[in-house]
Amino acid sequence: MKILVCVGNVPDTTTKVRFAEKNTKFDTNGVQWVINPWDELALTRALELKEDSSNPVVHVTVATVGRAGAEPTMRKALAIGADDAIRIDTDPEDSSFVAYQLAEVIKNEDYQLVLCGIESSDYNGAAVGGMLSEYLDLPSVSAVTGMTFEGADIILSREIDGGIEEVSLPAPFVAVVQKGIAKEPRIPAMRGIMMARKKPLKVVEVAEAETLTNMTEFEMPKPKPPCKMIEAENVAELVDLLQNEAKVL
Amino acid sequence: MAVLVYTENWDGAFKKQSFELVSYANAIAEMLNVPVIALSIGEVKEEELLKLSNYGADKVLKVENDQVNTLDNQIFTQVIGEAVANENASVVILAHSNTGKALAPRLSVRLKAGLATGVNQVPVTVEPFVIRKKVFSGKAFTHVNVKTPVKVLTLAQNSFELVENKKEFNTESLSPAALPKAATEVRSTNKQTGKILLADAEIVVSGGRGMRGKENWDPIEELAEILKAGTACSRPVSDEGWRPHSEHTGQTGKIIAPNLYFAFGISGAIQHLAGVSSSKCIVAVNTDPDAPIFEAADYGIIGDAQKVLPELVSAFKKMKS
Repeated sequence: MKILVCVGNVPDTTTKVRFAEKNTKFDTNGVQWVINPWDELALTRALELKEDSSNPVVHVTVATVGRAGAEPTMRKALAIGADDAIRIDTDPEDSSFVAYQLAEVIKNEDYQLVLCGIESSDYNGAAVGGMLSEYLDLPSVSAVTGMTFEGADIILSREIDGGIEEVSLPAPFVAVVQKGIAKEPRIPAMRGIMMARKKPLKVVEVAEAETLTNMTEFEMPKPKPPCKMIEAENVAELVDLLQNEAKVL
Repeated sequence: MAVLVYTENWDGAFKKQSFELVSYANAIAEMLNVPVIALSIGEVKEEELLKLSNYGADKVLKVENDQVNTLDNQIFTQVIGEAVANENASVVILAHSNTGKALAPRLSVRLKAGLATGVNQVPVTVEPFVIRKKVFSGKAFTHVNVKTPVKVLTLAQNSFELVENKKEFNTESLSPAALPKAATEVRSTNKQTGKILLADAEIVVSGGRGMRGKENWDPIEELAEILKAGTACSRPVSDEGWRPHSEHTGQTGKIIAPNLYFAFGISGAIQHLAGVSSSKCIVAVNTDPDAPIFEAADYGIIGDAQKVLPELVSAFKKMKS
């Protein structure tokens, strides 16, 4: 069984967000790029499943939509343990465009399982995984927090309101994963980094596709009024403020 | 033309989220001067469906079919897609919930409809259709221009005020075209009962590393009980196993927007703030006066959470009595 993990190349979470060209573009100057945190967990779980020899997983591929600037992120995914990588050579436009590009690559290959993180930490669309499954006309399960094999069957845990449901479905399908799928993301070791240099990273031409949305401008949130400090000995004052000033009780 | 809103039910009942969705749909429908159609999938009694018309649904469309008893994303997408086509809806609204996130992207592709997710206000303009939403985990906002004739939106939970708008109660049944066999087989369901769900909670009491260990959580639970609040935690707490992952609020965990959020012993790392900064009011208790949580908080107490908590418990008990 081959697994494909879709990975996004996103600014590190501690990035100070700035905009350029009259607030119409994200300013990428000085930005550190990383693997989207949810995708990193998806990749970690895929590798854990492959390493356990009782499972039928034999190969893990990572794919992204991005220009050459995304290659360090792909090399990191290879260093963590992916077997090969695919980069679709274009700017990631809206979610629908990105999902279409991935679908075009996937439809000609025989991945039995496609994993996507539930959202990306830049535009928080929570869309690519679901869109991809619809483009491919494959079943999908979302909010997946666990994935194991029972023989050849894949058992998924998905989060529902107030609980967890265990589901199974025949491969191929798309699993959209969230926190809980793997404990902690892996950190590449020196040996992995050395090996990653020699692993295949295929560059694929963009397929023609339209976007359905575009972002016209950005703005920063309004500054918040300063925090009102209350003495630790005087919690009654806090209760009073919450009741009569903030009116939230 | 119409605005179609999918209102999920929980064992045959709706909840606040459902009425927020209908209120929101009604606000957009007024801008477009079109009716609101609420779609209900699964078995729901008439008196429950009637509640949807109290918040502005002109028509309640119900689908009752043995194949929609459990969530299969393909089948639900097909059913909602069919309802959208039948009703000629131009705006389709779902909750930004587990279910909404599973279905909205699929619907977007199926309907060739642009998608804007996690929105919390009505569009800035409807022609062109431009809507504001948070990006970069709450660090900025963007204006999304949805360019297609049909638009799909997901509404962030607890972000839109309920507006009563009583309309005449009309229901109609939709019998979807032949549905395929569901791919998703549910093997077991494990639901917590009696606890207030984090996504639904109007007040949330949360603890961080400053609570020093899982054995110290009793006063947090007690305060939550007094205030009918949900309980949450920061990432290190769930990583340590002091609390379950389902309580982790923050960038990679749950994103919540309660009316009131208590942060006990949480320093307020940027990843944590990403999950809670939409709260209407934040109260922080921390020993470190320079903790970043105080920049996000409305009210703050510099002190040991474990000492302040029991005092707050008795103060709130007094208030409630």
